[in-house]
Amino acid sequence: MGERKGVFVTVGTTSFDKLVAAVDSEPVKAALFRRGFSHLQIQIGRGTYIPSKVSGEDGELEVDYFTFSPTIADHLTAASLVISHAGSGSIFETLRLGKPLVVVVNEDLMDNHQAELAEELADRKHLFFARGPHLLAQTIESMDLESLVPYTPGNPKNIADQIDAFFGFSSPGEGSDQKGGEGEGASVSKISKLFSFFLDSL
Amino acid sequence: MEPDFLTIIALIVSLLVIRVTYVLYWTGRPFKRAPTTSLRTMIVLGSGGHTAEMLSIVNVLQKDKYAPRSYVAALTDNMSLQKAQVYEESLQNHENNVDKKRGGAQFMQIYRSREVGQSYITSIGTTIVAIIHAMWIVLKLRPQVILCNGPGTCIPLCACAYLLKIIGWRWCTTIYIESIARVKKLSLSGFLLYKLPLADQFFVQWPLLQQKFPRSQYAGRVM
Repeated sequence: MGERKGVFVTVGTTSFDKLVAAVDSEPVKAALFRRGFSHLQIQIGRGTYIPSKVSGEDGELEVDYFTFSPTIADHLTAASLVISHAGSGSIFETLRLGKPLVVVVNEDLMDNHQAELAEELADRKHLFFARGPHLLAQTIESMDLESLVPYTPGNPKNIADQIDAFFGFSSPGEGSDQKGGEGEGASVSKISKLFSFFLDSL
Repeated sequence: MEPDFLTIIALIVSLLVIRVTYVLYWTGRPFKRAPTTSLRTMIVLGSGGHTAEMLSIVNVLQKDKYAPRSYVAALTDNMSLQKAQVYEESLQNHENNVDKKRGGAQFMQIYRSREVGQSYITSIGTTIVAIIHAMWIVLKLRPQVILCNGPGTCIPLCACAYLLKIIGWRWCTTIYIESIARVKKLSLSGFLLYKLPLADQFFVQWPLLQQKFPRSQYAGRVM
């Protein structure tokens, strides 16, 4: 028997009934089964659509669901494929674990800036992108998992160093700060500042 | 001869113009000399990915330089302050408790200018309330640095801090990091802070935005 490959679907803290319903539909379940996945776990969040549990005994995809869990990370780690809403938290948590990811955009959201992020990461081949739940089945059928490029996580230290530089703080490990009087924002007499500004502009 | 009313008005307006020009000139200019004490830092949190991103930045800041820290989130946002509290508590367990000398972290909630889906007419009233509340919070917390990354709650706070800067009450440096979810367009908060300009430093996390908004800085992504 081959290794069992599982699919994990997450909608984060949102309600995304259309995605859950799409995942629960025969075309998507059949596509997943054909691609070699044996079980499907759906995190439905605040959604009201309840998927049908399937035991998987009759040579079909096993399906289970839950609303929330403190151990989403465990479900992500155990999965061979993740299908997620387009929230940045879910996306980056999955990419950090190096899991193949299909992001589905919720078209019902107003001001859908989330699509921008998913689109950009898809262009960079870090994930697959479906513009709506109705496109999920074909995305699963056509995706080439070998084409995915691992995502290198960013480093907030670069921004922190720039902020330090603005204030004149040295980064940890370097020499001491440029000491001296206080910086521009200190409580030096405001009138004298005004005067020096005048003088500078002459 | 007594100065008449119009002369006084003209004088006040001139002083205001000079002061605003002065503040605008110094907005965004790096400090000439590093502060000798730590900087009181206000961190604005928001729902969605905002808090996670913000905390990932705070996590790599030199804690002794940016202290004491205060965290502000919207009244209707239940999770953000909790996450910040958990984070600050984890720091207490690890470090030499520099904060204990200066006072620990503070956590405050602010009225939102506008809830998602709220009508624009009633939003005028709630925005005014939010601005008054923001002024109260800024006066109380006295930040020297404001860190924010886009939730609407940051606008009244940054605007009030800027106003206090103009009247010479307190100098506050505003650092804005546009959310990683903004790839091709700025958020409304980002756009306002960039254009007015209210922010001293403006970071974007994708190179295309840096090209579109040349006064911004691209220093990679936070996650």
